[in-house]
Amino acid sequence: MNPAEQLNLYLALGALLFVCGVVCMATKRNAIGVLIGVELVLNGANVNFVAFSRYNPAFEIEGMIFALFVIVMAAGEAAVALAIVLNFYNNHTTVDVDSAEELKG
Amino acid sequence: MLDWLGEFWTDYGIFVLALIASNVLIGFMLINAIFSVWMERKVAGRIQDRLGPTRVGGKFGWLQTLADGMKLLVKEDTIPAAADQFLFRVGPYIALVGSFLAFIVLPFGDGVVAREMNIAIFFMLAVMSSEVFGIILIGYGSGSKWSLFGGMREAAQMVSYEIPMAMCVLVPVIVAGSMNLGDIARSQSGLWNWLVFHDPFTFCAFWTYFTCAMASCKRAPFDLAEAESELVAGFHTEYSGFRWLVIFMAEYGSMFAVSGIACIMFLGGWSTGLPWELTELFGGLGVVGLVIGNVINVVVFLVKGWVLVFVMMWVRWTLPRLRIDQVMMLCLKYLIPISCVLMAGVSLWNLWLPALVQSIVGYLIFGVSAAGAGFFVYRVVTWVSLKPGSAMPGMWRMTTLPGYQGAAKL
Amino acid sequence: MELHAFMFWLIALLTGLCALATVITQNIVRSATWLLFTLAGTSGIFFLLGADFVGAIQLLIYVGGTMVLVVFGVMLTAQGPFINMKTSGAEWAISIVAGILLFAVLLFGTWGRFSASTSTPEDPKDSHHAVTIGQVLTGVPYGPFDSPTQVRAHYLLPFEIVSVHLLVVLIGAAYLARAKRRGEEPK
Repeated sequence: MNPAEQLNLYLALGALLFVCGVVCMATKRNAIGVLIGVELVLNGANVNFVAFSRYNPAFEIEGMIFALFVIVMAAGEAAVALAIVLNFYNNHTTVDVDSAEELKG
Repeated sequence: MLDWLGEFWTDYGIFVLALIASNVLIGFMLINAIFSVWMERKVAGRIQDRLGPTRVGGKFGWLQTLADGMKLLVKEDTIPAAADQFLFRVGPYIALVGSFLAFIVLPFGDGVVAREMNIAIFFMLAVMSSEVFGIILIGYGSGSKWSLFGGMREAAQMVSYEIPMAMCVLVPVIVAGSMNLGDIARSQSGLWNWLVFHDPFTFCAFWTYFTCAMASCKRAPFDLAEAESELVAGFHTEYSGFRWLVIFMAEYGSMFAVSGIACIMFLGGWSTGLPWELTELFGGLGVVGLVIGNVINVVVFLVKGWVLVFVMMWVRWTLPRLRIDQVMMLCLKYLIPISCVLMAGVSLWNLWLPALVQSIVGYLIFGVSAAGAGFFVYRVVTWVSLKPGSAMPGMWRMTTLPGYQGAAKL
Repeated sequence: MELHAFMFWLIALLTGLCALATVITQNIVRSATWLLFTLAGTSGIFFLLGADFVGAIQLLIYVGGTMVLVVFGVMLTAQGPFINMKTSGAEWAISIVAGILLFAVLLFGTWGRFSASTSTPEDPKDSHHAVTIGQVLTGVPYGPFDSPTQVRAHYLLPFEIVSVHLLVVLIGAAYLARAKRRGEEPK
């Protein structure tokens, strides 16, 4: 396999993770399930970043740096999202995102 | 050593090598668990003034663990009705994998390592932090309130103690200028070059690291996850048979892994304390010398690791268990600030102080520690223990205590 | 098959299956467990790509930190009805169709569109990535000195922004999740 074909496969894996994440966000009614979907999406993006850092010498460090930033951001996002979910659970005693409709116009 | 072998293999030879290496490591984990459980029982027995196992295998009951293991293998493997089957089954293996992966990059001697990595210590911390997930799944999947409490405590404790542990590990990394465990260990040949004696900050970092390591192995006084006086057996209440065995293999494996990190980062790794490398010393003898040197290295490393494991057991059977809020307070209020100060301090120390002052302070710390250790050994050797009393077999008669009437008179 | 290709297919298939299982399973705790396997598989992919530092970070932060946090959240909110929340068949159908379409679009957009060159991956024994990443994050420019087309870049400012961001997250999460005082009872 030449490098371009390998890169294709890695990008396909990234796309698969991304799509799984999107479907997960769409179908899960549990707020934490939606969070899990977000994590999958970010991982799909990360696979792409690191694949490019391996197969394109111009992005060797950039790809990794961006993957690192994404991971750190994901950690922060998970912390805040969980805090919001817990707050929501305290106020409404549910984690069903469909019942979060107080702000509906 | 494997380099010249590698040239003769095709790509797939790597699989065979990996298989051999992983089998050796799994075997080591098993033997380590067997030995450590036996040692734990003997240590506990001696500290509590009893004998521990004595019969199986002739002297000292040294085959007791093997017999227990056999018993566990044939035990009925129960899964509670309320348990989540999948999580209950998969949990112990996640914990075992987390513990096992740490051994991949842990060097047992100069080059005696499954995979030498440039970021070995970081990799070890990373995979050992994933062990906690197995414990949490065990706790949740059991479908028991005791287990759930244990799992929750474990989650809170591990996530907190990872931070000071990683920061304390960074202290010797800053001094040695490398995250490669092999390089760090090679840089400290000679007892006075051990990083624990390098400066006051590494000296404190060693003790802080060891405290955090004990907490992250959920050893007493931090064993809140399995606090048997409150939670029956905590997270592994519902386990029996082989899976229980696996949980304990993982626990003793990670105990040795954190002790191994402490050895390599602070206590000279496989160095005997003499200022030369054994593989080079015996290198003149050719392959035989290499083998001899490596065997001595590995034995020294194992002894050091097991001594630290012994200290963990010693602490476990000496100190009472903390409360969960005390455990969290110790980490968040004390250990994290201490480790931050240590990290900043060691950077400034190496940056600003002239080399002469550094080495003088280093030798001073080494001298004081050596004198302290020597005094301790002297006291232990010359300690006149009390004679056993006649009232009960094995009971010590405290005749020197004021107001003591003697058991016979009561 | 080459070793690299074999390892890729092995890890990628496992990762992909675990990702699918994350989506399909209805039980939220099992979903989190499958996500854990997916993340571990992704870190395996990173190691395969020679980015061992990123792989280790992935294990440390995602598996050791974020996933524990997620499961912690699940445990705090998991009560009977919320563990298994069913999604209606229509939603599933729409989501799956949309997902397949999206996957097709992504594949169409990426397959064979990028040229690639590669060198032999560095031995993890003397990989310099961790050092370079550290230098770039602390403000030492990186890049070829003589090339006029490439910019020598460093990432000190993003690094600082991320650190401040994490501090804000820390305070914000603690504020949001703090125990409610008496007197402001939940509705």
